[in-house]
Amino acid sequence: MMLAYRTNYYTGIIIYSINIGAYYFLWTAIYGGKSDIEGLSVIQMVTYIAVAWMARAFYFNNIDREIAQEIKEGKVAVEMIRPYSYLGMKTMQGLGEGLFRLFFFSVPGMFIVSLIFPLSFAANLSTWLFFGLSIIFSFIINTQINLITGVLTFFFFNNDGLIRAKRVIIDLFSGLLLPISFYPIWAQDVMAFFPFQAISYIPSMIFTNGFQGNALYDAIMFQLMWSVLLLIPIFVLWRVAKKRLVVQGG
Amino acid sequence: MFYVSMFGQYIGQYIKTRLQYRTDLVVEFLSDLMFQAVNLIFILVVFGHTQLLAGWNREEIIFIYGFFLVPYALFSSFFNIWDFNDRYIVKGEMDRILTRPIHSLFQVILERMELESLFGAITGIAIMFYAGAQLDLSLSWYDPLLFIVMVIGGALVYGGIFVMLASIGFWADAKTAIMPMMYNIGNYGRYPVDIYNGVIRFILTWILPFAFVGVYPSAYFLGREEWYGYAFLTPIVGIVFFMLAIFVWNTGVKRYRGAGN
Repeated sequence: MMLAYRTNYYTGIIIYSINIGAYYFLWTAIYGGKSDIEGLSVIQMVTYIAVAWMARAFYFNNIDREIAQEIKEGKVAVEMIRPYSYLGMKTMQGLGEGLFRLFFFSVPGMFIVSLIFPLSFAANLSTWLFFGLSIIFSFIINTQINLITGVLTFFFFNNDGLIRAKRVIIDLFSGLLLPISFYPIWAQDVMAFFPFQAISYIPSMIFTNGFQGNALYDAIMFQLMWSVLLLIPIFVLWRVAKKRLVVQGG
Repeated sequence: MFYVSMFGQYIGQYIKTRLQYRTDLVVEFLSDLMFQAVNLIFILVVFGHTQLLAGWNREEIIFIYGFFLVPYALFSSFFNIWDFNDRYIVKGEMDRILTRPIHSLFQVILERMELESLFGAITGIAIMFYAGAQLDLSLSWYDPLLFIVMVIGGALVYGGIFVMLASIGFWADAKTAIMPMMYNIGNYGRYPVDIYNGVIRFILTWILPFAFVGVYPSAYFLGREEWYGYAFLTPIVGIVFFMLAIFVWNTGVKRYRGAGN
């Protein structure tokens, strides 16, 4: 379905390259001759941004919107009598789309961008393995947050505002636009209590070799902890929601 | 005259429907404010690590961002056509539009306007005043007039680009993801163009002239005389691009065949 529209696919890759190009110049200007900011060199920084957007193609999905839509239209009632777990099915749908984008969009896009701009790729295998592990956790945590936002529609009936607010928070606090280490210390301390940096900051830092030694294991543990913790609100919300399901028409 | 009264009628209807769901409206204001805050936070965090961006200081960059928000608010209130292809061509709604007695583009604009986005202009002006005060900028009597001209020019640039993109739908009926990505590129016009290399600067000035929505017109108000030439080109580029967009649109409408039954 996604390959059916070829022009769409090619323009996607071109526009991604233009985006990374603009970021490259923006960050070069921000560095303005400084060799590093918060331990990241300008090359590492550009690699960080390129990887962050590429990883986003994998973990990003719209299942919060879809769940909200199906709840509003009452379709969720039909889904619930089917012999599978509704939330599990949505997760797998997101995983399928994510894997497709990873192999057909991220990998070729990254290859083209690395021909034009100086990016630093890790030479050792372990960095790649840790990065792979880490983006799997990114996917899990981002999907869990999406499931929670989607299921909350049961309680709010209309949560478009919440979904938009969630998008802003993820853009800002996941480390997609700026590495968390660039924020003031107090903001970093606050963000340490939230799962958002597990989505983008951790995999991108691992890829750019920004984490050394124990910091690497701590980061993976942070992701593991949140992917387990976030299961609790999903189960609780889903159980309560099923009991108080109100189908508006449908 | 007929067009003006149509415009008034649609605005009246629009306000009535929006005020019907007030909580929804409040939530939208808040989420718009959050979107605007993201970019501001980006600028603030970046300037926590550097003093100058290619010779421009923090307040100047913030001022450019504030200016950008004003034409952008006008654009997003009246040119909410990012899903034109899906909504009008694939679903065949364009047939209905063409039976209406006013120009098809004007009809689409009327149907899709989102006036609540205009509040972004207030945020933008507030940011400009804050940054302007920090920079000790002085206002002459003609500056507000020039400001209005520049804002309209910038909004026309944005409108022109997006109308042209929407017109692609008349030729290729596949849905396209170009629009959302173009929003991203629009953001690069908010930074001083001298940080980019020649190719990107050329694109941002003449091909996708987003620089005329942010940095060029702001350069005038910031007293950056080296950019005055570009600054005063803003309304002209806006008009030229918009005329071009209308031409492309009209050509596209002639080709339109209708989808399905």
